[in-house]
Parts: sequence; structure tokens; C-alpha cells
Amino acid sequence: MKHIITPLDLSIKEMDSYLDLADRIMAAPKKFSHVCDGKKLATLFYEPSTRTRLSFEAAMLNLGGSVLGFSSSESSSATKGENVADTIRVISSFADICAIRHPKEGAPMVAAQYSKIPVVNAGDGGHQHPTQTLTDILTIRALKGRLQGLTVGLCGDLKFGRTAHSLITTLARYANIRFVLISPLELKIPDYIRDTTLIQKNIPFQEVERLENIIGDLDVLYMTRVQRERFFNEEDYVRLKDSYILDMAKMNLAKKDMIVLHPLPRVNEIATEVDQDPRAVYFEQVQYGVYIRMALIMKLLEVDDIER
Amino acid sequence: MNVDSLKKGIVIDHIKAGSCMDIYKYLELDKMDCSVAIIKNAKSNAMGKKDIIKVEGLLDIDLDVLGFIDCNITVNIIDNGNIIEKKKLTMPEIIRNVVSCKNPRCITSIERGIEQVFKLTDKEQHTYRCVYCEQKYEQK
Repeated sequence: MKHIITPLDLSIKEMDSYLDLADRIMAAPKKFSHVCDGKKLATLFYEPSTRTRLSFEAAMLNLGGSVLGFSSSESSSATKGENVADTIRVISSFADICAIRHPKEGAPMVAAQYSKIPVVNAGDGGHQHPTQTLTDILTIRALKGRLQGLTVGLCGDLKFGRTAHSLITTLARYANIRFVLISPLELKIPDYIRDTTLIQKNIPFQEVERLENIIGDLDVLYMTRVQRERFFNEEDYVRLKDSYILDMAKMNLAKKDMIVLHPLPRVNEIATEVDQDPRAVYFEQVQYGVYIRMALIMKLLEVDDIER
Repeated sequence: MNVDSLKKGIVIDHIKAGSCMDIYKYLELDKMDCSVAIIKNAKSNAMGKKDIIKVEGLLDIDLDVLGFIDCNITVNIIDNGNIIEKKKLTMPEIIRNVVSCKNPRCITSIERGIEQVFKLTDKEQHTYRCVYCEQKYEQK
């Protein structure tokens, strides 16, 4: 039984096999519409989510399975003081696989320690978000044709942005990747990413504060939102929330084949005028998210051989 | 300052001056009945000043804890007044329930009954990180 808690729980070979399966699903989704008949996915969302939870649920429904769960800690026994370990022990009896989102970092790892079913981290605080990363790399591979030899810019809240942490950790394993990290000083990447992922592995990266100065170098621009819910202090949030706004003036400085990704939700870090630009692929990215989660569910439930 | 030689017990030597109370706390020596001598700022040719802890009667201690704090510490096992063994310390790969994660966003801050686990991630820099949230443990 396998859990997906960080992107590094998958080797590059495994990750490629997940992406390949997602490609096969994308090509003929109907062939997979009953591979999970009778299986149940539990979505344990202690923190609000629209895309990730619905994407997981759509993925399971597309595979013929069913879903159960809760969408906020207020509607779960967490309000009665139940801890994660007890909740997952109980849920293990109800479902075949579970996706968990929790505001505290490391909660899915705790769940995995006590679970009898595969646990997928659907976002833990400001830490990691591996299924968003699978979505991101499927999108990049599909639209850029490769995961090697890319200059990838990540912009916005790189301190608490779990999607950025997971994406850097994952792409750093591919050859000739270069990162440009664009953030205000207060929202730079945490030292565990800088030290253990980038410096120790000699991955080239630069940290800058101005997007317009380097946007012309990028093959991929990954925009992120400054997340109000990660700040203990509202004043800091207000001061930093509009640090970066991607508009057409900046897009005009970018390569013709650069792509813009965003894990969504967007607030105002991407002007709506950019949505019309063919390089803006963040809504396509959402669709890729469903396919890769279908592949993930199949792999973890070990039902991937049925279609072959 | 003189402290009588041990007949049987453990001498923890070459402790960085000023660190002996941390070791006293981590090894939970306050909970033991045996005699414990703490020597602070003893003269040392190699270190200038050092701390020493002598524990009477005890022959077994958690070497992982000492390796985590400072693997340059030496541990001598004494029996019949003689050193019968010198223990070599290494930095443990994992430490459990020795120190706690200070990150208020970490699950360890709210989950009851959870083990505090830290993993060695950089031997040269002596860096330990919480396995749940990856926050670095900052030694004093």
C-alpha cells in the first residue's frame, strides 16, 4: 500500500508512469469509466477547497467509484476534539482511499501512519501539495513537450505557497532545470527548499524581486496567490497581497511560447485581460488535474491493468 | 574543585562549556535517584573550558541524545574505579521525543499522542528537521 504525502514519494519512473496513464485516460476517458466500480474515495477536507476537492471527487466519479467525506473541519468530529489519527482509523473502515487537506503541516503524514487505506495529501498548510504538482507537470509536459531543460519562474508567495514548494522539489529532479524565484523578501522560499533541494543538489536558481526584469527568460511562469489564511497578522497580508500583478504589459515582455500556470484560486495577481492570451493555460490546467487524479486513484488502488 | 572518583557509573566529558544543564535535562537525570555531579567550566587543554557530568551507579544512557547534542562529547563507562569502555558518539539519523517542533503550523502543535521525530538532513551543518513539517531544529 502506497501513500502520497510529498512528491518525493514517487520516483521519476513512477511519476512518468502516472503521467503516461493520465495521457491514456485523456485520449479515451470512457474506457476507464468503470475501472473503480464499487470503490469509495473519502475526501477529508479540514480546510476550504473548491478545485482540489471537486477535482478528486470528479476523478473518482469518472472512474465509476463513489465519494464521501466532509468539506470543513466544522462539519467533522475535529470540532469535538478528535485527532487526525483517530479520524483516519475510522475512515479506513468506510472507504478504499482517502484525500486529506489540513491546515497543519504534516497532518497527512500522521494520517498515513495510522491508515489502512492509501492516503493522499491534498494540501497541508503551507507545506506540500503533491497532486497539484502532478497536475502542473502533466500540464507542462503536455504543452511544452518536455520536463527537462526549462527555465521556470515561480512568482508570489513562495514562503507559504505549498504548490510552489512541491513543484520545485519535483522539477529539481529533472535535467537542466533552472529556477527563477520571484517574491518579496518576506515571502522567499523556506530554507528547507533552498538548502536541501536547491543548494545541496546544485540546481541553478536566482531569487529576484521584480518580475518584469526576468520574464523574458522564462519558459514557464508559475503565478501564486498571497494567501490570507497563512498569515497570523492581517497587516502583513494587506501589505504584501498586491506585490505582483501579471498584466499584458508584462506578458508583452515574455517569450511567445512561455506558458503561465496558476494553481487557482486567483485573486488579483493575474489581470483578467491575460486570460485571453493563448499562453495563459491555468484553466486548461484544471482539466489536466482531473486526469492526473484519475491516474493517481487507479495507481494507488492498483486497478491500472484493467484497461490494457 | 574536587569531586570524588566514581567506583561505578558514567562520566560524560568534553561537554561544551555551558551545555551541561541541557544534557542534564535531555537525559532526564533529574528523575533519577542516583548521585549526579555537574562540573561547570573545568579547565581543558583542548577546549579551554569544558563541562563534565558524573553519574553514579548508572551504566547505560541514551547515546543518541548525546550524539544529537554534540558528537564531540566523550562517554566513559566506569567500573571498579576503572574506565572499562569509551563510547564513540555519532549523529543519529533519527531522534524521537527528545526535542519538540517549534513551528506553530506543524501538526505536532495540536495532535495528541504524537511522537516528536527529527531527521538528520545535513551532517556537515548538523541540521535536524521535523519529519512532519521540515522545520529546522535550532539548537541554542
